[in-house]
Amino acid sequence: MTATAPAPSPGTKADDERLVKTSPLRKLMGRPELGSVVGAIAVFLFFAIFADSFVRAASLSTVLYASSTIGIMAVPVALLMIGGEFDLSAGVMVTSSALISSMLSYQLTANVWVGVLVSLVVTLGIGVFNGVMLTRTDPPSFIITLGTFLMLTGMNLGFTKLISRTVSTKSIADMQGFSSAKDVFASTITIGGVDFKITILWWLALVVVATWILLRTRVGNWIYAVGGGEMAARAVGVPVNKTKIGLYMGVAFGAWVSGQHLLFSFDVVQSGEGVGNELIYIIAAVIGGCLITGGYGSAVGAAVGALIFGMVSKGIVFAEWNPDWFKFFLGVMLLLATLLNHWVRKRAEVTK
Amino acid sequence: MARTRTWVSIALAGALGASLAGCSSTGGKRAEDARKAASAQGRAAVDTPRWTFAMVTHSGDGDTFWDIVQSGAKQAAVKDNINFLYSHNAEAQQQAQLVDAAVDKRVDGIIVTLAKPDAMKAAVARAEKAGIPVITVNSGSEQSKQFGALTHIGQDETIAGEAVGDELNKRGRKKALCILHEQGNVGHEQRCAGVKKTFHGTVQDLYVQGTSMPDVQSSIGAKLQADKSIDSVVTLGAPYADTAVKAKKDAGSDAEVDTFDLNAKVAAELKDGTLGFAVDQQPYLQGYEAVDLLWLYKYNADVLGGGKPVLTGPQIITKDQAAALEEYTKRGTR
Repeated sequence: MTATAPAPSPGTKADDERLVKTSPLRKLMGRPELGSVVGAIAVFLFFAIFADSFVRAASLSTVLYASSTIGIMAVPVALLMIGGEFDLSAGVMVTSSALISSMLSYQLTANVWVGVLVSLVVTLGIGVFNGVMLTRTDPPSFIITLGTFLMLTGMNLGFTKLISRTVSTKSIADMQGFSSAKDVFASTITIGGVDFKITILWWLALVVVATWILLRTRVGNWIYAVGGGEMAARAVGVPVNKTKIGLYMGVAFGAWVSGQHLLFSFDVVQSGEGVGNELIYIIAAVIGGCLITGGYGSAVGAAVGALIFGMVSKGIVFAEWNPDWFKFFLGVMLLLATLLNHWVRKRAEVTK
Repeated sequence: MARTRTWVSIALAGALGASLAGCSSTGGKRAEDARKAASAQGRAAVDTPRWTFAMVTHSGDGDTFWDIVQSGAKQAAVKDNINFLYSHNAEAQQQAQLVDAAVDKRVDGIIVTLAKPDAMKAAVARAEKAGIPVITVNSGSEQSKQFGALTHIGQDETIAGEAVGDELNKRGRKKALCILHEQGNVGHEQRCAGVKKTFHGTVQDLYVQGTSMPDVQSSIGAKLQADKSIDSVVTLGAPYADTAVKAKKDAGSDAEVDTFDLNAKVAAELKDGTLGFAVDQQPYLQGYEAVDLLWLYKYNADVLGGGKPVLTGPQIITKDQAAALEEYTKRGTR
């Protein structure tokens, strides 16, 4: 028996699958964030019906703020996960970044912008450390960043106690440069009588930049390639190590933005916070359609994942439910969202 | 298949029979129901409009202390015809967002803890701008007035620490260990600092991971083994007292264990002499008074405390008072 290739049916020009025209609807069905968008609409409608105070402008602004504080981190974390790696130090890195900035300005009695910029350099350095440790040594990122996570948690408390003699930093609200830094990282913009926090803009900007990198640049292709299959990527000349270090620096940048927001909205930083948040960022990325195994996902999805997280966490409050069940609902939501994503993706693959 | 089903039904029937035959004449649900019958039952005692008060605390999930605060608040809410909402988060940023959510809901009064005062400043200001009266409880006595709250209800942590130091002096102790179970809690730092202030001996701080009891036990145990001269261990929360007792036994140390706050276990151990003393801040009172004072303000514009915090502690509890309180701790109100 010799197999013959099926003759192309009349009317189609190409028998090469890469050149087949796909309808816009098919394209939409194939997007990683589709499942999460459907989920977000469902969650919104649910709370709009069950919590009468949920759909007020002020309430939605609170929800968006809650989502943005997760989303600023979820976007770079999603990029890292598309690249096939984890960062368990992302939660405490936010606190570290805020502590460095605050204590440096205070101790040197410098303009707070000095602290902010030094904090950027040091936080990026932590990201580089994660990336270099990962690419130069054998253990998986899960283990490497677990080590970083524990070290940072200890350093946050240790250094704060050593320098400030207490567990939180001293207030820098009366120092030069504070008000301009507050404008950048923690101001409130009033639109039509409703106050919106500036973190929402940071969040949207990060989504736009990350999406552009992923879909329109060579680096984006590298990220997908590295996450899809490291060996294959290396074989076709993708700079795997550089890409991974860059991704960790991206997470560090997000941590820096979040950390400065913490500092300038509260002027005092608690050294013990941030533990456990790294999982929330990962969950937001997964709800948004990122695969744990890497090579698939999107920045928009991660942002929608953060939005779902924000809506549920505040929606439960607006609906006046018993807060004891909060984590239970979060768990249910995570499972439903991932199942929905899986189902949508399967459907999309079938219809291709 | 059929055989399995037969076996399963036999086993179930057996278990049911055993459970009916083997009744316990002490403790359990029946004793609890008897206690419930003896505690306050609720029906509104006033005919003021049904106001909504929201309480937002810095408690983590499943915290005994905050359960007692809540039960006090709920009891007052029932009497005062209040719709009482409770929410909590240990992260300052999240707690501030919860206060924002309460303001968005346009509740009639807000009760908030200021464990991390700077983080709550903007949220409390927003509540006041919206014309919602705010009462602070438990932590933040220094900032309460400055933030424009009506009253602060709680215990001054430094004074409570000093009371512990005095009591340790009375008991002739020389070297104390202060167990901090929460990284970054200012109130805890103040308690240990208060002990240091009045205690004539030396005080050492020990940080443990409060979310993991085995870690707490092994850390205290290791410290007691390393330093045999420690003759008293002070824990900052009731659940940790019993753990410290276990660690002490393992380490073969004869240090006295004392604690901040009460629970059923602590009351029982005070009674039988396992623990030295407890210093209580009456959490039930904090919740109850917060709701009641908000009601008084809404109803009659009354404010208690004359601009000073209303203190609910410290109250030193030893073997003598423990017996009377044991019943109340089991009920979850002390």
